[in-house]
Amino acid sequence: MDSSFLLVQFVSGLTMATLLFLVASGLTLIFGVGGVFNFAHGSFYMLGAYLAYTVVSLAHGNFWVAVLAAGLGAGVAGMIAEAAFLRRIYGRSEEGGFQILLTYSLILIIDDLVKLVWGTEYKSLSRPAGFTGSLVIGDVTLPSYNLAIVGVGLLVVVVAWWVLSRTRPGRIARATALDRETMGVLGVNVPLTMTLVFGIATALGGITGALAAPLRSVTPGAGIEVIIDSLIVVVLGGMGNFWGAWLAALLLGEVNAIAVATVPEWASLFSYLVMVVTLIFKPEGLFAPRQVRKV
Amino acid sequence: MQPILELSGVVKAFGGLVVTDEVSFKVLPGEISAIIGPNGAGKTTLFNQITGALKPDRGSITFQGTDITGLDTQEIVARGMGRAFQITSIFPEETVLDNVRVACLSRAGHTRQPLKGLGAYKSSTEKAMALLTSLGLADQAHRLAFELAHGDQKLLDIGVALGLEPKLLLLDEPTAGMSPEERHLTRTLVQKLWKEFNLTLIFIEHDMDTVFGIAQVVRVLQQGRLLAEGTPDEIRANPEVVKAYLGEEL
Amino acid sequence: MEAASDKKALLFWGLFLVVFALVPISRNDYYLAMANRILVWGMFAVAFNMLFGVTGMLSFGQALFFGLGGYGVGLMVKYLGQAWFLAGLGAGVAAAAVVAYLLGYLVIRVSGVFFTILTLAFGQLAWQITFRWYRVTGGDDGIQGLVPTGILGDHIVYYYFCLILVACSVWFLKRLSASPQGLILRCVRQNPARVRFLGRRVRRNQRRIYVISSVFAALAGGLMAGVDNSIHTNMLNWTTSGEVILMSVLGGIHQFFGPFIGAAVIKVIEDVVGARTEYWSLIIGLVMMTMVLLFPRGLVGEWVSFKARMRSGGARKEGV
Ligand SMILES: Nc1ncnc2c1ncn2[C@@H]1O[C@H](COP(=O)(O)OP(=O)(O)O)[C@@H](O)[C@H]1O
Ligand SMILES: [Mg+2]
Repeated sequence: MDSSFLLVQFVSGLTMATLLFLVASGLTLIFGVGGVFNFAHGSFYMLGAYLAYTVVSLAHGNFWVAVLAAGLGAGVAGMIAEAAFLRRIYGRSEEGGFQILLTYSLILIIDDLVKLVWGTEYKSLSRPAGFTGSLVIGDVTLPSYNLAIVGVGLLVVVVAWWVLSRTRPGRIARATALDRETMGVLGVNVPLTMTLVFGIATALGGITGALAAPLRSVTPGAGIEVIIDSLIVVVLGGMGNFWGAWLAALLLGEVNAIAVATVPEWASLFSYLVMVVTLIFKPEGLFAPRQVRKV
Repeated sequence: MQPILELSGVVKAFGGLVVTDEVSFKVLPGEISAIIGPNGAGKTTLFNQITGALKPDRGSITFQGTDITGLDTQEIVARGMGRAFQITSIFPEETVLDNVRVACLSRAGHTRQPLKGLGAYKSSTEKAMALLTSLGLADQAHRLAFELAHGDQKLLDIGVALGLEPKLLLLDEPTAGMSPEERHLTRTLVQKLWKEFNLTLIFIEHDMDTVFGIAQVVRVLQQGRLLAEGTPDEIRANPEVVKAYLGEEL
Repeated sequence: MEAASDKKALLFWGLFLVVFALVPISRNDYYLAMANRILVWGMFAVAFNMLFGVTGMLSFGQALFFGLGGYGVGLMVKYLGQAWFLAGLGAGVAAAAVVAYLLGYLVIRVSGVFFTILTLAFGQLAWQITFRWYRVTGGDDGIQGLVPTGILGDHIVYYYFCLILVACSVWFLKRLSASPQGLILRCVRQNPARVRFLGRRVRRNQRRIYVISSVFAALAGGLMAGVDNSIHTNMLNWTTSGEVILMSVLGGIHQFFGPFIGAAVIKVIEDVVGARTEYWSLIIGLVMMTMVLLFPRGLVGEWVSFKARMRSGGARKEGV
């Protein structure tokens, strides 16, 4: 194996890692702030991919406009789902289980609605203008769209981090995560905050789906594949740990890239393998803070 | 007489906050004692360490002559320690009877039995009913636990602990949230149970009538440190305690 | 009071056995297969609910064990011959016990949502393996022609074979849920912290019921191989885990027989509607959502509380 081959694989792994992290960060955001486990997060990713497809191919839209539209659409859909359904079960006993069941039913419903609207055939989306070629450095050829994804991913992460830690709404959201009741007493509109956070998280999912569409074919059922991979990321990263999720995504992305290059038929097993090995040696996740065990 | 429980130099900190600070004391068998101190003094945390729910950072805890520092809760409970909680901890969707019966069954080692119904375990059932009678809950035995009034739930919590036939019983604020009449009844009841079951009993309590009414020994905790230890009269006369905690209450 | 409920239980069991025992009289293969499916899935759902409704552990990976049972039969028959059908059934169940025991140590170190995620991930891992390992498992083609030899090869005899196994299994699970062990499991769901203060180990009890539930899931999978005379990788897919969850929620997770009723309803709907629409998952999604939002007690649970309300309403009227 020469170094140029390795570099190509590394960038391909980095691309996958970025996509994984983007989806996982939405999942982490809803869990961290709202305490909601959104099993259907992958479905919003899929919805984003389909929306982008529609905007680009039917409306002849610009790809980047389509990405924004996908984010907007998935965000609005997420807010509707939260306000219409999830909100009703907050505070119920055994809420955790019911959340999973409710969001599971959303997966099934969204999957079939997507089939109803877009049909069952594969859809594909071409790379945006200006990113169809490759970047050649010496004897290394890197697809420029992959590099663009990594760039956009970084941008999104920086913006999300900035919003959460440096702006007033972000601080309110984080405080709400810690103590809903007190924030309510302090005059914060907690239900609205929850809906907005849900919307931002699903928008992240939708944007990721749109970004990934030129690399993977757009199919119904894409949601579940994505959700399982990003769940693994979240578990490995230590639930709610932003940077842990990033490192876990990087690990999975790179392991996958190597697997695809060496044992393509079995590549899809490697994420699980990483998870199993981690669990045996570090059940609380690779990057979980110590002392999280509840008493 | 050998102490039944002995703490020596127990330390526990959460982050930078030292919640248990070099606490040492001995509890004699058969003693009924109180731990008092302002909110946040570390009383519950101390109970958590004694019962193995939290591990002390330093120091040792000896129960009936054996070192139990760092053991799991299950092991400590199996050695004869029982506990009732500040925030009532029961099994809300089971009947009052089953709440206590599960403790009796556990004590008798029947909890792995997969085939016979609960009624087949006559002695555990009878023991549970007798306990409910002692607690004055017998007439509510077949109600679901969450349907009980707050005060009765607190008693049931004690009942669950008693079902294990503990030698040492720890009660965390047994009268918290009760009306003055209920508090009076509970005080009498705790004293009665202490005698009836030959317990060594330690209770955390804010209600001074209860503390000075039934405790033989009072320990005062402040900011994690053991400020004073002695008979109720000694504590009442201790200027440091009066200044720091009891204040105008006495 | 106990005697009255004993009599009621006896009546229920009698009725249950008689109804299912009479199905072959219809001399209708369609009804027979349907009843057989209800029996096996009913057992699967009741066993699953010992985990979820009773102990509070929402596994999204019971398909793994269901599939293990099915592939136990399938692989044995494929490689060793028809005569190994029963041995395959036994092997699948035994394998499930071992796998559940080992896996239990991995997935029961974490609680709540994490348990669900991990069981889902391991289930999908097993699905991927059967799906990809074409040479051994036949991949997406599945394995066909799984007919037991001898007298069990007859549809009706096989039906009674299933009926007896299911009745014994459900009876055992019923006893379990009413026993001290069952009480501890319910306590684990309601207040695990307090269970430790009863001197009991929470995780050990959780592992125990995980193994028991998984063993019956495998038995169900193995029996289904004989009902359909084939197996398919779909048995291991997460949608199978989802289906058994749906059955439990539909019937009522806090009623012992709720999941069985839920299984019967789903299997009937599947048959009536499934044949006519490709939007099956939309339908079960809507059913699930309706149950969770409006009838969280499930069909049986809502019925029980409806009866209780009628009775107390009636009593109040009498009082006036
Ligand atoms: N698990 C924990 N993690 C961090 N801090 C804790 C924890 N448990 C208790 N504390 C802190 O320790 C201090 C003592 O608490 P506690 O023992 O409950 O006091 P008390 O029972 O005397 O009112 C409080 O400041 C509380 O916030
Ligand atoms: Mg306290």
